[in-house]
Amino acid sequence: MTTVALKPATMAQALTRALRDAMAADASVHVMGEDVGTLGGVFRVTDGLAKEFGDDRCTDTPLAEAGILGTAVGMAMYGLRPVVEMQFDAFAYPAFEQLVSHVARMRNRTRGAMPLPITVRVPYGGGIGGVEHHSDSSEAYYMATPGLHVVTPATVADAYGLLRAAIASDDPVVFLEPKRLYWSKDTWNPEEPEAVEPIGRAVVRRPGRSATLITYGPSLPVCLEAAEAARAEGWDLEVVDLRSLVPFDDATVTASVRRTGRAVVVHESNGFGGPGGEIAARVTERCFHYLEAPVLRVAGFDIPYPPPMLERHHLPGVDRILDAVGRLQWEAGS
Amino acid sequence: MTVMEQRGAYRPTPPPAWQPRTDPAPLLPDARPYRVLGTEAAAKADPELLRRLYAELVRGRRYNTQATALTKQGRLAVYPSSTGQEACQVAAALVLQERDWLFPSYRDTLAAVARGVDPVQALTLLRGDWHTGYDPYEHRVAPLCTPLATQLPHAVGLAHAARLKGDDVVALALVGDGGTSEGDFHEALNFAAVWQAPVVFLVQNNGFAISVPLAKQTAAPSLAHKAVGYGMPGRLVDGNDAAAVHEVLADAVAHAREGGGPTLVEAVTYRLDAHTNADDATRYRADAEVEAWRDHDPIVLLERELTDRGLLDQDGMRAAREDAEAMAADLRTRMNQDPALDPRELFANVYAEPTSQLMEQEAQLRAELDAEAAGPEGAGR
Ligand SMILES: Cc1ncc(C[n+]2csc(CCOP(=O)(O)OP(=O)(O)O)c2C)c(N)n1
Repeated sequence: MTTVALKPATMAQALTRALRDAMAADASVHVMGEDVGTLGGVFRVTDGLAKEFGDDRCTDTPLAEAGILGTAVGMAMYGLRPVVEMQFDAFAYPAFEQLVSHVARMRNRTRGAMPLPITVRVPYGGGIGGVEHHSDSSEAYYMATPGLHVVTPATVADAYGLLRAAIASDDPVVFLEPKRLYWSKDTWNPEEPEAVEPIGRAVVRRPGRSATLITYGPSLPVCLEAAEAARAEGWDLEVVDLRSLVPFDDATVTASVRRTGRAVVVHESNGFGGPGGEIAARVTERCFHYLEAPVLRVAGFDIPYPPPMLERHHLPGVDRILDAVGRLQWEAGS
Repeated sequence: MTVMEQRGAYRPTPPPAWQPRTDPAPLLPDARPYRVLGTEAAAKADPELLRRLYAELVRGRRYNTQATALTKQGRLAVYPSSTGQEACQVAAALVLQERDWLFPSYRDTLAAVARGVDPVQALTLLRGDWHTGYDPYEHRVAPLCTPLATQLPHAVGLAHAARLKGDDVVALALVGDGGTSEGDFHEALNFAAVWQAPVVFLVQNNGFAISVPLAKQTAAPSLAHKAVGYGMPGRLVDGNDAAAVHEVLADAVAHAREGGGPTLVEAVTYRLDAHTNADDATRYRADAEVEAWRDHDPIVLLERELTDRGLLDQDGMRAAREDAEAMAADLRTRMNQDPALDPRELFANVYAEPTSQLMEQEAQLRAELDAEAAGPEGAGR
């Protein structure tokens, strides 16, 4: 471990630092998007980059998501490493065609001749009281597209490390930023930020013996809180933070569930057709004989993201997680 | 204060000064499609260039008929012929320097071939053995693009990146008349103009998007007029006049290279064949219309100009035909060989490093292939 004093920092600050360090380290890294220049992004994640690197490297683009990602494709073809900001989750949808029809498959269709090292940053998820189209969890769409990596940090250190890894990756990465955690603070070493593991490794955030909570991004703090609360009821919960949805770290997840024999997948995007279904199926396929109960899911309702005054009813909270954990004392016929 | 008093005190202030940002007049396209062949302008055209264009047109036509024949033999899944549009294809390829980039649409196989892509490799997408058969960096030809207009922002991004790096590279992007209705067309033109990117957009207006005629595609006076709204010049050219298309594109390319920004060129042409071999064009157009355009065949136009001016004789024509025939024979021979496919390539280039999920799936496929190779007995169950 490092000897430098750890200081509190927010996830947004760590992301800014990651962008800055990546731009300083590699002149081919270009940041682009709506309002990323003078304003520094609506979440200020790109704050100061235009000033430090010039507006050729941190560019306010016209307001057109397909155009932003489509031009980024051409820039990547010519050897640049574009880091694209989509202003909000639901405003990335106009860029979908570029993402699925070109970004995700250019390497494959050209037999490896034309890789596209593009990072698409998408602030996602709810819990910030946003109006419609400002709170979607769109990860299942991205996960369903082969050729993309899908990554989402839940801690300040991971925000830095995973973003550096995403920008360094020769493959396109959809980098989902849980906007609810932008202002969450962590002690972190801003003097010598460390790169975390390469993309694709899950991490056990809290070891436990009686069941595994499998989660990521905005739901991680909720799961950790639930795990604390569950102690009172005699449950010792393990919490796995996936960090990367694609590639999926089967090894870490499987090892954990085999140890505990029970699992709950927790995320705030809707359950039907959501990431939890895929994760539960994978876990069941690999751990069937170790399981004491079906793999359960705690997810958002299958509704369009609700208006802000109702979102607390939609988002999976500690109680819903504890409820599911209770149901893990499963008996045939129950 | 009474209303009257208020009125008395009221001083109307003028709105802050407004003027159009630039004068739209120089951006407007020519009233009629620009022509060279059969006009005074032809005398200024470089005879060497005209002869090259001619040879490529003849090759291109032969390529189109050969590829169409290959669909009938089941060697190609589908072929969107560019017969009638060869002048646009050839001019687009010949106008570029080696360092420049071509961004073709799905109908532009010929442009790719004229730029140097191997005729067989240019067809892999349509044959079905792989999506892109060539290395895009070898001749600077982006992959043939099936989703309409999505390659246009790529061209803008590439040209912009080249300029940022200090390279005087120009990108030329091709799109059909139908493709101009797509959002990506708009976004690409807008980005290009705002960034002053060195890009040339060439719309091949061949009259139809599958069955839909231009009148149902747009209400604009011409597609070239669309340029004005983005702040770039629009040019209208006779798309069957290879010399005119080349000259207009050459101007636009030079303008872009000198930092003048993008140009939108509309080439008015006609698709003589059906949309693809699978399409029945008699459902949506009259023979008389097709015949009228046959009289304006790009090869005939150029041939007439060249022979009239003594730049081409019977021997020259025969040589061009023989060269095209040799290309077609080679294409036929090579296309009649079954492509060598390795199914394991399915997993090779999805990511830089295959994920553990893909490695498992590759192992599964390998086991299936081994069982297949062993035959029913060897499979053991
Ligand atoms: C985004 C998209 N929508 C629909 C299609 C199906 N499609 C293929 S070609 C075509 C017509 C294209 O017309 P145009 O742009 O005029 O080009 P042309 O065929 O005349 O060369 C259509 C609708 C497609 N390829 N991409």
